[in-house]
Amino acid sequence: MSTMHKFLDLRRRTLSVKWYQARQMRVCYLFLLPFAALFLTFYILPMATSIRYSFTYYNILEPPRYIGLANYINLILQDDIFLISVKNTFIIAVITGPIGYILSFMFAWFINELPRWLRSVAVVIFYAPSIAGNAYFIFSIIFRGDVYGYLNSFLVRIGVIHSPILWLTDPKYMMPVVVMVLLWMSMGTGFLAFVAGLKGVDQAQYEAGYVDGIRNRWQELYYITLPNMRPMLLFGAVMSITAAFSVADQTMALCGYPSTDYAAHTVVTHLFDYGYTRFDMGYASAIATLLFLTMILANKAIQSMLRRLGT
Amino acid sequence: MAKERMARPRKDQNVANRRKPNRSRAGDAFIYLMLGLTALVMVYPLVFAVAASLKPLDELFRFPPRLFPSNPTFDNFADLVVTMGQSWVPFGRYLSNTVLITLIGTAGHLVIASMAAFVLAKYDFPGSKAFFRLVVVALMFSGYVTGIPNYLVLTRLGLVDTSFAVILPAFAAPIGMFLMKQFMEGIPMALIESAKMDGASEMRVFWQIVMPNVKPAWLTLIIFSVQGLWNSKASTVIYSEARKTLTYALGQIQAGGIARTGQAAAVTVIMMLVPITIFILSESRILETMASSGIKE
Repeated sequence: MSTMHKFLDLRRRTLSVKWYQARQMRVCYLFLLPFAALFLTFYILPMATSIRYSFTYYNILEPPRYIGLANYINLILQDDIFLISVKNTFIIAVITGPIGYILSFMFAWFINELPRWLRSVAVVIFYAPSIAGNAYFIFSIIFRGDVYGYLNSFLVRIGVIHSPILWLTDPKYMMPVVVMVLLWMSMGTGFLAFVAGLKGVDQAQYEAGYVDGIRNRWQELYYITLPNMRPMLLFGAVMSITAAFSVADQTMALCGYPSTDYAAHTVVTHLFDYGYTRFDMGYASAIATLLFLTMILANKAIQSMLRRLGT
Repeated sequence: MAKERMARPRKDQNVANRRKPNRSRAGDAFIYLMLGLTALVMVYPLVFAVAASLKPLDELFRFPPRLFPSNPTFDNFADLVVTMGQSWVPFGRYLSNTVLITLIGTAGHLVIASMAAFVLAKYDFPGSKAFFRLVVVALMFSGYVTGIPNYLVLTRLGLVDTSFAVILPAFAAPIGMFLMKQFMEGIPMALIESAKMDGASEMRVFWQIVMPNVKPAWLTLIIFSVQGLWNSKASTVIYSEARKTLTYALGQIQAGGIARTGQAAAVTVIMMLVPITIFILSESRILETMASSGIKE
C-alpha cells in the first residue's frame, strides 16, 4: 500500500469516528428531547411567563398591559396583608425549615444506629406522616375548639383551663399549632435521603477512624459522617426549603381560608387569593416571583454553609 | 453489577451486629429513649385517625373523649359508601379518573425521564450540564409558584379540563428524573461500551443493559410519581365534575363539617393507607436509590 493510500485510509477512519461521535450526540439529543420538551413547556416556560406577567396588569380577559414595577411597589408598600403573609411564611420557614432539617438528619442518624429490622420499622414510622395524604386533617379534631376536642377536654379535666380554647380560630394560637403540625410532617424526602446516605458511608472510613483515635460518636459524626453526607445534605436542603416556603394546604385545612385576622395567611395563600379569586394574574405573578427568588437565595446561602462543613 | 448490590446488605449487617468500640452505653440509652418518645408522637395522630374512623357517632362526641373506641364499628365506612352513592357523578368515575391519571402519568414518566436520565448520566454533550442544573433549580418549583402561568400554558395548548393537564406535566417531573440520573451514574461505562462494541444500538443499550440494572430506581420513581398523582386534586385545571379526581371528591366529603366527622376520619384513613402501604412494600429498594440522591458540586 502506498503512502497515499494509507493517508486516505486514515482520513476515512477519522471521518467515520467523527461521524460516529456526531451521530451518537444526535442520539443523545433525541433521548433527551421528549423530557426536555415537556420540562421546558410545563416547568421553565411557566416560570418565565410568571416573571414576565409580574410587570403587567393582567386579568385573563383583557390582554396584559405593561405597568413596570407597579405590582412590586404595591406589594411591598401598600399591601398590609402581604406583609402579614410574609411575616407568617418567614416564621414558618425559619422554624420548620431548619428545625425540620436538623431533626430529619438527627433522627436519620439515630435510626442508623439501630439493628436492621428495627431500622426498617422506624423509617416507616418517621416517614409516614409526610406521605399520609392529608392526614394532617386529623389535627382539626384534636384541636377542635369546643370541649369535645381532645386537647381541650384533656386540659379542662386536669384543670389547666376552665373554658375551651379556640385553637384554630383564635389568632394567638393558630401559628403555634400550624408550626407543630408542619414539624410533624417534616421528615420527608430529605429524611429518606439521609437514612440512605448514612447507610452508604464507607465502613472502612469508620474503621480507620477507630484506629486514629476517634473517641466518641460525636467526633465520628463531625469528622467522618457529615463530610461524607454533603451531597445528601444539599439535596435535603433543597427539599426542605421548597416545603418550608410553600406552606398553604395545611393552614387552609386547619385554620380556614382566609383565616381569622389573616393570622395564618401565608405567601402562597395570598397568591391563591389574587390568582384564583380576584384574577389579578400580574399581581399574583409578582408574588410568585418574589417567593421563588427568596427560595433560590435561601438555597444559595445554605449551600455555602454546607460547603464549609467538616473542614 | 446486580451481584455487587445483593452482597452489600449482608456485609452491612455484620458490621451492624458487632458493637462499635467508641459507643457509650449512656449514649445508646439516650438515643433509644429519644427515638422511642418521638416515634410515639409521630405515630399518635395516625393511630388517632384510625381509632376515630372506627368510632360510632356517640363516641366521637363523648366527654371525656377516649383514644380507643369501646365499641369499634365500620359504620363510618358504610356511611361513606352511602354518601358516595349519592354523589352527582357516579363515584366509580372519580376512582377511574384517578387510576387512569396515575397509571398513564407514571408509565410515561418512567420511560421519558429514564431516557433523559440515561444520556445525562452517561454522556457529555454540549448543553447537558446546563440542562441538568436547570432541573436541580426546578426541584424548588412547587406547584403553587408555577400554578397560574401553568394554567395559562395549558389553556393555550387546549389541555385545560382534560386529564392530560395533569398527565403531561407529570411526565417531566424533575424529582424523578433527578433521582434516576444520580442512580444511573453508578452504572459502569464499560458495560455500555462493550454492548456497543457488540453492535447494540443506543436504544437497545438503554432497554436491555441500562434499564434492567436500575430496577430499584424504577420503583422509587414510580412511587414518587404515584404519590404525587394519587393525591393530585387538580381542581384548578379540571373543572368538569365527570373528570375530577378521587382526592377532590373525598375532600368534598371531608369538608362536610361536624356531622361528617366520622366519615372524614374514614376518608383520611383510606387516603393515607395507599401511599404508606406502597412505601412499606418497597422500602429497601427506595432507600437503595436514595443513597445516590446527593447533589454533587
